[in-house]
Amino acid sequence: MIRGLVRFVDQRSGGAPFVRKALRYVFPDHWSFLLGEVALYCFMLLVATGVYLTLFFDDSRSATTYHGPYEPLDGATVSRAYASVLHLSFQVKAGLLMRQTHHWAANLFIAAIVLHMLRVFFTGAFRKPRDLIYLLGLGMLFSAFLEGYLGYSLVDDLLSGMGLAIGYSVAMSIPVVGAYLAMLIWGGPFPGSADFWPRMYIAHVLILPLVIATLLALHLTLVAARHHTQFRESPRTTERQVVGVPTFPGQAPRSIGLMLAVFAVLFLLGGLVQINPVWLWGPYHVGDATNGAQPDWYLGWLIGGLRLMPGFDVTIGHYTLIPNPFWGGVAFPLAVLLVLALWPWAERKVAGDDAFHNLLERPRDNPWRTALGAAFVTWVFLIFVSGSGDRIDVWLGIDYVAQVWVYRIAALVLPVAVFFVTRRVCRELVAWEVLRRDMPGS
Amino acid sequence: MTRVKDFLIAAVVLAFGRRRPSRARPAAPRVVSAGTPDRRAENVVLGLFAAAALCAAAFIAFYALDRLGSQTQWLGLARGLSFALLAVACMVIARRLVVAEENAHPYPEPEHPDEQQTIEQIVEESGSRFTRRKLIVLAGSGAVGTLGLAALTPAASLGPALDTEQLDRTPWRRGRRLVDDAGQPIAAADIEEESFYTAYPEGASRELLGSPLVVVRLPKPRGIVAFSKICTHAGCAVSLYRKPTFAQTEPRPALVCPCHYSTFDPADGGKVLFGPAGRPLPQLPLFVDGDGNLRAAGGFTGRIGPSWSGVRQR
Repeated sequence: MIRGLVRFVDQRSGGAPFVRKALRYVFPDHWSFLLGEVALYCFMLLVATGVYLTLFFDDSRSATTYHGPYEPLDGATVSRAYASVLHLSFQVKAGLLMRQTHHWAANLFIAAIVLHMLRVFFTGAFRKPRDLIYLLGLGMLFSAFLEGYLGYSLVDDLLSGMGLAIGYSVAMSIPVVGAYLAMLIWGGPFPGSADFWPRMYIAHVLILPLVIATLLALHLTLVAARHHTQFRESPRTTERQVVGVPTFPGQAPRSIGLMLAVFAVLFLLGGLVQINPVWLWGPYHVGDATNGAQPDWYLGWLIGGLRLMPGFDVTIGHYTLIPNPFWGGVAFPLAVLLVLALWPWAERKVAGDDAFHNLLERPRDNPWRTALGAAFVTWVFLIFVSGSGDRIDVWLGIDYVAQVWVYRIAALVLPVAVFFVTRRVCRELVAWEVLRRDMPGS
Repeated sequence: MTRVKDFLIAAVVLAFGRRRPSRARPAAPRVVSAGTPDRRAENVVLGLFAAAALCAAAFIAFYALDRLGSQTQWLGLARGLSFALLAVACMVIARRLVVAEENAHPYPEPEHPDEQQTIEQIVEESGSRFTRRKLIVLAGSGAVGTLGLAALTPAASLGPALDTEQLDRTPWRRGRRLVDDAGQPIAAADIEEESFYTAYPEGASRELLGSPLVVVRLPKPRGIVAFSKICTHAGCAVSLYRKPTFAQTEPRPALVCPCHYSTFDPADGGKVLFGPAGRPLPQLPLFVDGDGNLRAAGGFTGRIGPSWSGVRQR
């Protein structure tokens, strides 16, 4: 049976040598190497649940009157898009399960990418020859931000409308070309022409998924071509030799098990934990907004950036040159992207290290990188937290205005402090190790 | 009984096992290292498979049941559990039933200098018949670049990019009546202090950034004021009214946008009191008509909506 199948495939594809090699490809074993896989499995589930959702979603913002089982909105004027989401949530069997699972998967997808990237950064896995793999991953992260934003914008509930108004204002705020750009994307002044919804839709269900899938394919191909990195665990793990579990039979059941576990968690969340109940938010109209609206977690850093900026527009005479949202909505994410994208090259130059690296460093082994990375993460994280300042005001009673001042100062001071503390901790840890190793009788 | 069993086994063997005598393969050395069987683990895996199948069947049953309450929850539970049980089965297989191997493999060559050189040579030598290489490359890039530009040109059809006049569009003109959510005119006498009203232009679209208004009655200076409801920072609706409930400690009344908490002073022409907004909220002058209803006395005092490069500040 097996022999017959193998022979059939080999005679028609000539793939036996490749498959034999692939089956015995070696995976170094460390829990942190699974984070990227979690992201991969989230993406697979996103595509699967997303395709199901497209079968019921209507990508039109034209007005209709809602009549359906959700009584509080019965008779309300809503868009077809919003009505179709209500229909899919309340009348399509398993529709709500798919929608909520899709939304949870999006949240976990980006969380897994971020954690994966932190692992890659703090262990130096991005160094030559894997800098390109890292860049592709970064491209996926930023595509995923946009993809997620478009996903919840499509629903046309109050939250998505507010998010789109902000997106429009951020596009408008780009110096010189902003207004032209926004008019092109929206097809006219906000809330845009009738073409805008199909544009968002095709970007969300085709263009960006294709972009992510292409980057993913390149990412994985290059990983396989250059092989995995590994920690220095035994005398056998060296720069020239990779040690680990073969794809088959060792790695396959683990990896499939992880995939099934990711699916399990997401479907349990999708079924049991409510997310984005758009019927409670209600439909969007230009003149409506609600207090305490929070976007999906992965946009929190941008909200924070917009909120922390002191209030000024850069002007020439009576004319605006740079509107305020530019700083938090464009300059800040661009700065983060640039720092992350240029890091491997900058580090190579500054450290004068042009060598190939297959062995990972522990964070403590490279105090400078770890400290700078920790400072950078602190900076972004503080701005992220400030995006929830209004919720903190409500939950903990800490005055919002006072919070804003604390964040503004902390975002400047705390990263510096974190840098010095982290560098010291790294050095102490290494010193302690050396001490312990040299102690007699250890 | 035993005879019947023997007979059945023989029949099965004859029926299925008769196809061809297995060719004797030369005994190859093992590739995957050997290990001892673990029947207990196998039993666990079998049990988990059965339970996963049961949960998957339950999903189908829950799906088919029309009168089921909390259907989404039951469906999610059934499907989630079936995946979870399969996941555990995989873990058991990975830990107990598959041999634990630790293989070593050389990393691929960092680079291939010979091939690199050959590739370079191929490219170089292929162009040896060209005499004006730089010019050809320049002209070629020019052609491709222009073609690219031509390919991008239709993107201009996406929207009226240069028509920024449209951004200032507002239906508010002198004499236009303010109406409420239900389309009824708003009587000045009905506007109360410490309350917050949204108004729209009568007989015009409400879905323009230039349409919605906030209307409040101020204690000091006394009177009714109206502002564009669209925040000058990021285009959200200014839908919070901070009214002084305890005058000693609470600051003066203010209009607040819930998106980024830009705070505007309705008593001072919509001046920014706090938050990221860079310019005041545009005010709409009002008058009270003969019927006691509110009407616009003119256009806004400034540009409505979020700022852009070139917009006038006031």
